[in-house]
Amino acid sequence: MEAILLIDFGSTYTKLTAVDMENEEIIATAKALTTVDKDIMIGFNNAYSEIEEILKDKQVNFIEKLACSSAAGGLRMIAIGLVPELTAEAAKRAALGAGARILGVYSYELSRREMGEINSKKPDIILLAGGTDGGNKDCIIHNAKLIAENIKGVPIVVAGNKNAVDDIEDIFKSENIYYKVTDNVMPKLNMLNVEPAREVIREIFMEKIVEAKGMKNAENFINGILMPTPAAVLKAARVFADGTDKEEGIGDLIVIDIGGATTDVHSIGDGEPTKPGVTIRGLQEPYAKRTVEGDLGMRVSAISLWESAGTRRIRKFIPDTKFDIENRCRILQSNVDMLPQNEEEEEFDEALGMAATEIAMERHVGVLESVYTPMGVIYSQVGKDLLNVRHIIGTGGILVHSRHPKKILKAGFYNNETSEYLKPINPEVLIDKSYIMSAMGLLAEKYPDTAIRIMKKYIVKV
Amino acid sequence: MEKNGKTIVLGVIGSDCHAVGNKILDYAFTQAGFNVINIGVLSPQEDFINAAVETNADAIIVSSLYGHGEIDCRGMKEKCLEAGLEDILLYVGGNLVVGKQDFADVKKRFIAMGFDRVYPPGTDPQVGIKDLKHDLGIE
Repeated sequence: MEAILLIDFGSTYTKLTAVDMENEEIIATAKALTTVDKDIMIGFNNAYSEIEEILKDKQVNFIEKLACSSAAGGLRMIAIGLVPELTAEAAKRAALGAGARILGVYSYELSRREMGEINSKKPDIILLAGGTDGGNKDCIIHNAKLIAENIKGVPIVVAGNKNAVDDIEDIFKSENIYYKVTDNVMPKLNMLNVEPAREVIREIFMEKIVEAKGMKNAENFINGILMPTPAAVLKAARVFADGTDKEEGIGDLIVIDIGGATTDVHSIGDGEPTKPGVTIRGLQEPYAKRTVEGDLGMRVSAISLWESAGTRRIRKFIPDTKFDIENRCRILQSNVDMLPQNEEEEEFDEALGMAATEIAMERHVGVLESVYTPMGVIYSQVGKDLLNVRHIIGTGGILVHSRHPKKILKAGFYNNETSEYLKPINPEVLIDKSYIMSAMGLLAEKYPDTAIRIMKKYIVKV
Repeated sequence: MEKNGKTIVLGVIGSDCHAVGNKILDYAFTQAGFNVINIGVLSPQEDFINAAVETNADAIIVSSLYGHGEIDCRGMKEKCLEAGLEDILLYVGGNLVVGKQDFADVKKRFIAMGFDRVYPPGTDPQVGIKDLKHDLGIE
C-alpha cells in the first residue's frame, strides 16, 4: 500500500500521521516528545517505531514524508513598518499568516536603543515594511541603515515602498546582509497585499531557519520541512473552505486552536458587511486571517488568561466552582502537564477554554460602531464581519479531548449583549477529533483534493 | 490626463457620511493630475494624518458637509506638527458651520486653527485645484 507520512515537529510533541492515499484514510497516528535540544530525530524515531508497530501487518510503503515545524520556539519574527495602524499592522498580519510568532512590532524611524531590543529578542527573520508604493521612503531607508549597522546574521524580508528598494539593496549589499525583496505589504493606502511576503518568509524558513534550528539532519530522512505548523493549519483551513477545481469546499469557516500557551484563531472569508448601510473603515483584512493571543492559554498562560479575563468573566462560565479562580490558574501555570482528574477540574478547564475563546474571538472579528450623526445613526465597521460564517472548527488539546467541545466553542458565537462584535451567529461546530489539521495542510500542498476529502471524513460534527 | 507628481489625501471628516461631494472632488483632482488618496467618509483626524505620513502627501483636503466642521477640525494642525508633517498644506471646505454665519468670520477662525485655505459652500472644485497648484509651485 502506498502511503504518505506527515510529521509535525511541535514545541512539545512530534506528531506523526500516516495516510493511505488509495483509500484516503488515516491508518496510523503516533506522538513522542520533541527532542530538538539533542537530535530532533530521536523523538521522531520514537514516534516512528510506534507507527511501524501499528502497521506491522500491512505492507506500507511511504512514498513521501513531509513535515512542518514549530519546534525550537517556532518561527520568531519582528515586524517593522511606518504608521502603527497601517504598514506596521500590515507587516504584522503578513508575518502571522506565514505562521510566525511575533516578538515585536515596531514603527516610525527606529533608534539604536530599539536595535538593541530587537537583537536581544533573537528573531529568526525581520520583516521590513514602510510607506505605500510612491509614498514615504525616508523611514524605511533609515531603518534599513540602522539594521545593516546593528543587526547581524538575521535574514531580512523587504516588503515596503518599491521606490526605496534600490537604496535598501545598496545598503544591505554593502554590509553583506542576507535579504530578499518582495512586493509591498501595503502598496496603496489601506490595501493589504500579504501573500507575496508570506511566500518569501516561507522560502527563507525552508532555506535557512530549518538549518539554524538544528533540524537539517531531519531532512536526510524526510522530503522537507515545508512550513511552520501554524501556516500548515491556515493552509488546511483555506483549502477546506475554498475547495479545489474538482472538490467542493465547505465555505467560509473559523478555526479555533486553544493551546497551553496561546489561542490561535484563523478565519477564511472576505468579511464584507452583511448588513446594508455599513461603511468599512481602516486597513483591508486578509482573506485568510490568523490572530494569535499570547496571553490566552490553558497552562503556560493561565495566569495571564486570568489577568486578561478577570475573575468575574471566568466565573460567568463556572458559577458554582469550589476553586478560587486566581489560585487555580496559578496552580495550572506552575504544573503545565497537569491533566484534569475529576469532573470539577474538567469543568474548570472548560471554563478557561470558554474565556479564551470568547476573548480571542472578540479580538479576531470586526467591530461595528454606531455613529450618531445629524442624519441619524449610521454604522462603521472595522475588521471582518463573520456573522454568517457557517462552520467553526475546534482543534488543539482541550477541544480535541474535552467531552463538551461545543459548549466551549459556543463562547465564541455572536452574543446579543456584546452585539458590536461580528461573531458568527449560529455556525455548525466541527471538531478536529484526530488532530489532523496541520497534517492536512501539508498534504494539501501536493494533493489538495485528497486533503479535502479526508478532512470531510475526519473533521466531524458534534 | 498627465500626472503632476503631487499626492493629496482627501476625505470627509468626523461623523459625516456625505459621499457625493467626496467622489466629485476625487474625480476633479485626479483629472487635474494629482495622485488622490481618498480615505472616504467618517474619517477621524488621525486617519488623514496616518495616510499622509505613509503616502508622503503634499496636502490634506478636508471636506465637511454637516455643520460640525469646526469641532471636528480643531487640533488638526497641532497633530500634523506632532506627526512630522510641518510643511503639509491643509485645505478645508464645505458647510463648515451651522446657521447663517458670515463666511469671512468662519474663514478667519479656520485660518487661526492652522488651515492654509478655507472654502465656502458651493465652491467649484477648479478653484481649489488652481490654488493648490499655485501653493505647490507647479503652475
